[in-house]
Amino acid sequence: MKHLTPVNRKAATVEAVTKDVYALQQQGGPPQQPDPPHIPNGCSLVFSPGWEADRSGGTAGLCQPVERDLFDCHMGCFWPAQVPDQLNHAPDWTAKCAAAQKDWRKIDLIFPDEKKK
Amino acid sequence: MTRIGLREFHSFEAAGQRYLYLVPSAAVFALDGCSAAVLDCLAEGPRPVDDLARELAARFDAAEVTDTIAELQRVRALGRSDAEPVPTPKVIPLKPVPLQTLVVNVTNQCNLSCSYCYEYGEDKIVDTENGKQPKFMTEATAREAVEFALRESRDNPRAHITFFGGETLMNFNVLKSTIAYARRRAAEAGKDIDFSLTTNATLLRPDVIEFLADERVGVTISIDGPEDLQDKFRVFNNGAGSYAIAAPKIKALLARHRSRPIGARVTLTKQTLDVRKIYRHLTGELGFWEVGFAPVTTAPGRDYAISEGGFDHLLSQFRDLAGEYLEASLQNRHHGFSNVRETLQEIHHGHAKAYPCGAGLGLMGVSTDGNVALCHRFAGSDDHQFGTVRDGVSFEKQQQFLQSHHIAGKTDCATCWARPICAGGCYHEAQTRYGSTNQPNLHYCEWIRGWTHTCLEIYGELAARNPSFLRQFEDEEFSEEVS
Repeated sequence: MKHLTPVNRKAATVEAVTKDVYALQQQGGPPQQPDPPHIPNGCSLVFSPGWEADRSGGTAGLCQPVERDLFDCHMGCFWPAQVPDQLNHAPDWTAKCAAAQKDWRKIDLIFPDEKKK
Repeated sequence: MTRIGLREFHSFEAAGQRYLYLVPSAAVFALDGCSAAVLDCLAEGPRPVDDLARELAARFDAAEVTDTIAELQRVRALGRSDAEPVPTPKVIPLKPVPLQTLVVNVTNQCNLSCSYCYEYGEDKIVDTENGKQPKFMTEATAREAVEFALRESRDNPRAHITFFGGETLMNFNVLKSTIAYARRRAAEAGKDIDFSLTTNATLLRPDVIEFLADERVGVTISIDGPEDLQDKFRVFNNGAGSYAIAAPKIKALLARHRSRPIGARVTLTKQTLDVRKIYRHLTGELGFWEVGFAPVTTAPGRDYAISEGGFDHLLSQFRDLAGEYLEASLQNRHHGFSNVRETLQEIHHGHAKAYPCGAGLGLMGVSTDGNVALCHRFAGSDDHQFGTVRDGVSFEKQQQFLQSHHIAGKTDCATCWARPICAGGCYHEAQTRYGSTNQPNLHYCEWIRGWTHTCLEIYGELAARNPSFLRQFEDEEFSEEVS
């Protein structure tokens, strides 16, 4: 190091142990993680990391707003969720919900059709 | 744009040179002009790298600034401002740590009645008068303690036993035979063993002095200074001062016992807070090689407790005496202010402590009945017991203790720059002050930081002006005082 001079023994150790890492970094180094770290964009084969909790265990950095869970469960994923039957019984239940994050309150409640019984 | 900002360190200046004491690594680096300028620029908050280079362009080449930033990042004095703080790693030893020092309380009786005593005074944690422990350790228990010390020293080639009390010399017969036994057993086990003790000096008869000198027993004498200060608290139970009896005996010991340096250990109270006067007397008049000072351990509010303002006063006195230490050291002369020497040693090695002391790790205390506890100050306390010298200590209990006392758990210490060296302070002090060994000793934080800063300055001064002086601290093995 040119600009810092190690004075005590620990400083000498710090200089020695960081030498290799530093040299690697200076040469471009080993493959680096993309920055910010990769965030999954869909389901993995078995689990869907990032839907329930973000990489730090909280909910601030979820890869989708939690409100969209309903749609992902309903459409894109195999995750079994209690959603109305969109093919036969309630084709329009999401008609007023253009963007789930904003409009999720507008999703219709579906009740059994008494007349058709 | 990536912004960089300051990470944790404490800066200090000595001999016209700027230094960094890095936290938590405890590494000390000297700065050059460019690195000092970079740190100054970032003092107000994180900034983008380009921005920094632009501001410093008039004084330093852009490439030089980039290099400096890289170096400062490498030692973790700087870091990206968006990086999450790295939590303190909590590493607990997975297997038993070899025992370096066993403190053996050969008696809990004392011929003095020092009014501030932690063992007998108002703040005692073990009932030494009417408790279950015998007043004197038997020879059989002492031998078991020796076996324990040798066994628990594991792969270490050396074991160390410190005899303690009460007044250690009140059980001189057991002490004497135990040393002989320990030497024989250590030789059989192929280990080195050495001994030390702490005494109030009033029982140093000529034959005792002969024995201690011949056996090369390290001696620490508890003494508070010249007669007027010593006799304020260090009194016999009829109230008579102990100076007149102790002083001639100390002189006789110092004249005869030359095989190990003999130190004085001073307890400072509100009424006896005159560090320079005490030091002059103990080194000049009595001839001690070294003098170490420690504020009295007490619950707050005791008459002799050093109050808030008292700690400032104490610090300024320590600084004065430390200044003398520096002057002497620059000229390669000996100075016996051991508090500085010990702190310099810690700074030189740069150990970042996970625990404030060796208690429960490499050091344990044995009570007169053979119970093994955290340290000698807890010996005999059921709450702080790890086992017995007969049956050994419970590794599980030790692990639990280490788990709950790690610096990572002391949130009060998390932002303090002095934590690599202090780590929360004495367990016994905390127990006395706050009723729990877990508590950091918040009553003397300012004092610890002030003192560490002073010692860093002395270290920096010596590193710049007399670096060869620091070579004495290279030795990895150094004895820590027990008090």
